[in-house]
Amino acid sequence: MLSFIVTALFSGAVYLLLTAGSGPVLRLWSSQELLVAVVVAVAVGFVARQYFASARRRAASNPLRWLQAVAYVVGPFFAEMAKANLDVAYRVITGRIRPGIVRVKTGMQTDMGTLLMANSITLTPGTLTVNVDEESNDLFIHMINVPAGTEARETIEVRELFALFDCPRWVRRIAE
Amino acid sequence: MILDILIWVALAVGLAFNALGVVGILRFPDVYTRLHADTKCTTFGSIFTSLAIVLYAAGEYRQAPEGQYLTLALHTVLAVVVLAFTNATSAHAIARAAHKRGHKPAQAVCDRLEESAP
Repeated sequence: MLSFIVTALFSGAVYLLLTAGSGPVLRLWSSQELLVAVVVAVAVGFVARQYFASARRRAASNPLRWLQAVAYVVGPFFAEMAKANLDVAYRVITGRIRPGIVRVKTGMQTDMGTLLMANSITLTPGTLTVNVDEESNDLFIHMINVPAGTEARETIEVRELFALFDCPRWVRRIAE
Repeated sequence: MILDILIWVALAVGLAFNALGVVGILRFPDVYTRLHADTKCTTFGSIFTSLAIVLYAAGEYRQAPEGQYLTLALHTVLAVVVLAFTNATSAHAIARAAHKRGHKPAQAVCDRLEESAP
């Protein structure tokens, strides 16, 4: 039941976001759109509740964690992304690259944590997740510029990939 | 006036990064390095061009509060969120498929994935 409510509320909110500006109710929505929003929310909640917020992953449907996720994306993650983008732009222009695939130890316990970590790493330019070791949740990462000396090491810590903030700690707080 | 300048700056930064992504595709040696330039630089560039749209919509909304500008801004923000998620996932999928197919990273100093494969 809780899964249904969370999923229905989320899909209803997204629908209202997409249709904002359609009419006079609160100067945002027309009454037809509000009615359709309720229908859509109930239908989507019924169909998708197991996938969106199953009882096994109850923690992932906690709104406080979503707020933390938003704060993570606009704050530390965006700063990392900007800095890494400038770095890749420099490498595009000069052509100074030193590519390689390294094995990175994440220390994540859950699938959700590994997913969020892998996506964060992929979206940061210069690092690209190629594969996941399913047993240890280690990631294989293609780096456009392997720091000198790193290629000799068996595994490296995930913290070393982020220069400015402790992104792995944020991910752990959000997803585990 | 200030808003106009901000819009122009956001557009210029976004287009500059998108152009760098294109240059990267042409310059880099293999599929992985090209994915770096292509997917990431264009995501960052698209964030800035979208920011320009949002600023434009905000400016128009302040002059004439009509629903269409609100719709424009919200749809753009949602498009950026979706773009960020799908971009990361598809870049990973392409890289994984390329490695499974046997494409070795060019000029690589190390390849731990190749060593750990059974």
